[in-house]
Amino acid sequence: MSTARIVELRKGVLKKNDELAAGLRTRFEDAGVLALNLVSSPGTGKTAFLERTLRQLRMVGERPAALVGDLETDNDARRLAVSGAPVRQINTHGRCHLEAEMIGHHLEGWRLDDYDYLFIENVGNLVCPSSYDLGEAIRIALLSVTEGEDKPLKYPSIFNSADIAIITKIDLAEVCEFDRELACNNLREIRPDIAIFETSAKTGAGFPEWLSFLVGEKERKQAAGVVSP
Amino acid sequence: MHELSIVQSVVTTVTEAMAERGVVRVQSVRLRVGALSGVVEGALQFGYEIATEGTIMEGSRLEVVALPVVIYCGTCSSLAELEGVQSFRCPTCGTPSGDIRQGRELEIESVEIEEAA
Repeated sequence: MSTARIVELRKGVLKKNDELAAGLRTRFEDAGVLALNLVSSPGTGKTAFLERTLRQLRMVGERPAALVGDLETDNDARRLAVSGAPVRQINTHGRCHLEAEMIGHHLEGWRLDDYDYLFIENVGNLVCPSSYDLGEAIRIALLSVTEGEDKPLKYPSIFNSADIAIITKIDLAEVCEFDRELACNNLREIRPDIAIFETSAKTGAGFPEWLSFLVGEKERKQAAGVVSP
Repeated sequence: MHELSIVQSVVTTVTEAMAERGVVRVQSVRLRVGALSGVVEGALQFGYEIATEGTIMEGSRLEVVALPVVIYCGTCSSLAELEGVQSFRCPTCGTPSGDIRQGRELEIESVEIEEAA
């Protein structure tokens, strides 16, 4: 004999990831580390953007570190390490996104107190990373001028979850007939309060504004936090 | 395509939660999926059959309850349901809003089970 009935569960499918991410967020806050999760399509220029960001932050005495996710190869970690910042590669071996557990695992042996910023370069993918919290304080979605102004409308989940949008390769805007105003309007249609930076990792355009924003955010975070370096 | 990992989490959560209940078989699972959750029902259904194989959930049904985005409009001082995910403006007054109150859900609402009487 058996009977059928309905059991209420009300459980988040990604509860385990969310709990791990919450733990990471507390660790970052306690250590005064500004954690940023960078998401974009493959080829947007996340690594070039990050290379310049790390290099310039170090030039002004800031202490950034980076984790970089890819399906395979440690090419990106090697590129980023040239900046002198501590960098670790996360290979997902086919998985299309980073998860909080991978972040925790790859932080082992690092003293978070030694850093001001932790940049997490996600796997190039605009769909899957949107569901996975990595404990970041700021989520950044990047799009390049070569991808078209309507990218935010095509991938609303990720752009809606982003605090900041970075438009990359702005030096190519003219050749690509990129309509800046339309792109910005599309971004704001999906996330009205999004902050937008137009940058070129090649020429350095937009980097002074971006870096001063970063330093300001870090200082705000450390002032609000319990611990300062 | 991360739906397979999503359904695997569903299977793990449900089988663990059912383990202590003397459950003979799971008949159906009801998932609440927000319009901004980033998952697609078709891909969930496809992965579900594979992920449930050999578990107490094998042969069970996956019901997906699709939840639209709900924003809070400061101008109207009220909640408003959006028709799609292409524009985050209040449908009544047109004010943009970043205050999302519903739409990111990805949760197991309930499980229909058969248990030993």
